[in-house]
Amino acid sequence: MADYGLETHELAKRFGRTTALDGVDLALPRGQVLGLLGPNGAGKTTLIRILATLLRPDAGTARVAGHDVTRQPAQVRRHIALSGQHASVDEEIDGRANLIMIGRLLDLPRRDAARRADELLARFGLTEAGTRRVATYSGGMRRRLDLAVSLVGRPRVVFLDEPSAGLDPGKREELWQMIRDLGAEGVTVLLTTQYLEEADALADTIVVIDHGRVVAAGTPPELKRQVGGHTVTVRVSDPAAAGRAAAVLAGVTGREPERSARHQLAVPVTRDDDLVRITAQLHREAVEVSELSLRLPSLDEVFLALTHTPAIVPAPQRPQS
Amino acid sequence: MTTPTHVLASPHRSPRWLRHSLVLARRSLAKTSRNPGTVVNGVVTPALFLVLFLSLFGNALAGATSDYLQYLFPGILVMGAGLTGLVSTGTNINIDLKNGVTDRFRSLPISRLAPLLGSVLADIVRYLAAVAILYLIGTALGFRSDGGLAPALAAIGLAVLFGFCLSWITVFLGVALKSAEAVLAFSFLTFLPLQLGTSLATPAAGLPGWLQAWVTLNPVTAAMDACRALLNGTPAGDSITTTLIWCAAIFLVFCPLAVSAYGRRE
Repeated sequence: MADYGLETHELAKRFGRTTALDGVDLALPRGQVLGLLGPNGAGKTTLIRILATLLRPDAGTARVAGHDVTRQPAQVRRHIALSGQHASVDEEIDGRANLIMIGRLLDLPRRDAARRADELLARFGLTEAGTRRVATYSGGMRRRLDLAVSLVGRPRVVFLDEPSAGLDPGKREELWQMIRDLGAEGVTVLLTTQYLEEADALADTIVVIDHGRVVAAGTPPELKRQVGGHTVTVRVSDPAAAGRAAAVLAGVTGREPERSARHQLAVPVTRDDDLVRITAQLHREAVEVSELSLRLPSLDEVFLALTHTPAIVPAPQRPQS
Repeated sequence: MTTPTHVLASPHRSPRWLRHSLVLARRSLAKTSRNPGTVVNGVVTPALFLVLFLSLFGNALAGATSDYLQYLFPGILVMGAGLTGLVSTGTNINIDLKNGVTDRFRSLPISRLAPLLGSVLADIVRYLAAVAILYLIGTALGFRSDGGLAPALAAIGLAVLFGFCLSWITVFLGVALKSAEAVLAFSFLTFLPLQLGTSLATPAAGLPGWLQAWVTLNPVTAAMDACRALLNGTPAGDSITTTLIWCAAIFLVFCPLAVSAYGRRE
């Protein structure tokens, strides 16, 4: 048996007339982080719910931690943990009681459940908040507790459905580090996100799905390459020189550069030595440049190109409510 | 196939499903202490019926209010031990199902029965609290158990067992129906005839034909008659047996239905 944390084959699911999943193939080696990226309604949550044994697929197979999700759901449940889109902790009881409750449900003796709870509270910086009712927690604390609760049973595969939705950037960074630590411990992580930045920051592999189908898969750099070549951007020091710079770019690449605001020009390049030739030509023409760069397309552009839907706002800058 | 290492050699003796149910019942009870609505509801509604019927029929029916109290009160206890809370049990389960916590429970290696049984067991504790308070009210009004302590405890036990078994109908509705509103409507429709057409206020024998037929058939009548006989030390006839048969039948039909609906729910 290959050492996959999870693999799916031709997984399909319909709800009435809506096709949520239309033949999804995934294979994620153990200990890797898979970022599942897609617009709303692409099938991300359906996929997670099937893998977490909450939904049965109509067709296809899925194995999680080596067990078939439809034929051996009980075995799968021993090795997985689910962290919901909305923090799935009990608001009415305190953080420590939440952790102990899950420990007891996982058959830890009372004392071991308490010890594990304290261990996780410490690891997630919640020791002091442990005896407070979860309803009084901030959004970031709740998310951390949610992740802590997921880890009580030392799962081999963790599903995180939009883990950082609604968190402010500082708190998000903190949560990301905790997710990276999971991968480093050999836990296989599947996370769904609408934030391209999040997938880029966390995932070893990104799978883009749209209308229930995988439209692209690969490492973040592979995906960027798959979508297209590099782009050279030039910003001139003197606005009056923008015309001459545009002529240089057009001359070297054979394409009309795109002018954006603030005197910036961008043009796609195909040959490896285009950048060098552009630099040399600009120098010869005595065009002073304040910025010159060669870059891969951003994930937003990848997304747009693959799904033909406008890219999603890259990251939440709004403060948590 | 090797034995999975995580199946811990458990030091516990009780079956896993029961242990898990008790853990989840405790979770549900922890919430009650903050939100005692169920207990209050379980006390107030039967207490209102008690006072209402006592003042309406106290003299007319039995000749003396104290005699009527002896007749009425056991039925009130059966109301408190479950009947009143039935609608909220199903509605609460339905609301809980939409909560992220339920997804977490369903992805844990625990029996599908445990979350439902845990919820019902917590209700039993709430019913017991309601029954205890009702008993104090009844005693204050002058009710005396003539049958002795053991039959009185048996009566309370029977009433709570009846409430427990009846709960599975509303649990099934709570799991099988989509919205809490539908659960509320269906539970109300199901339990209204059960709650109203009973021997609570007057014996079935004195009712007109069609109503008498229903009241005699109603399992709630059997439970009330049985509790009345136990508490007053009068002959129970076959009311205790009939109640136990109804309990078993309702439980054996609706508990598996509820658990299977819970497993299939998406």
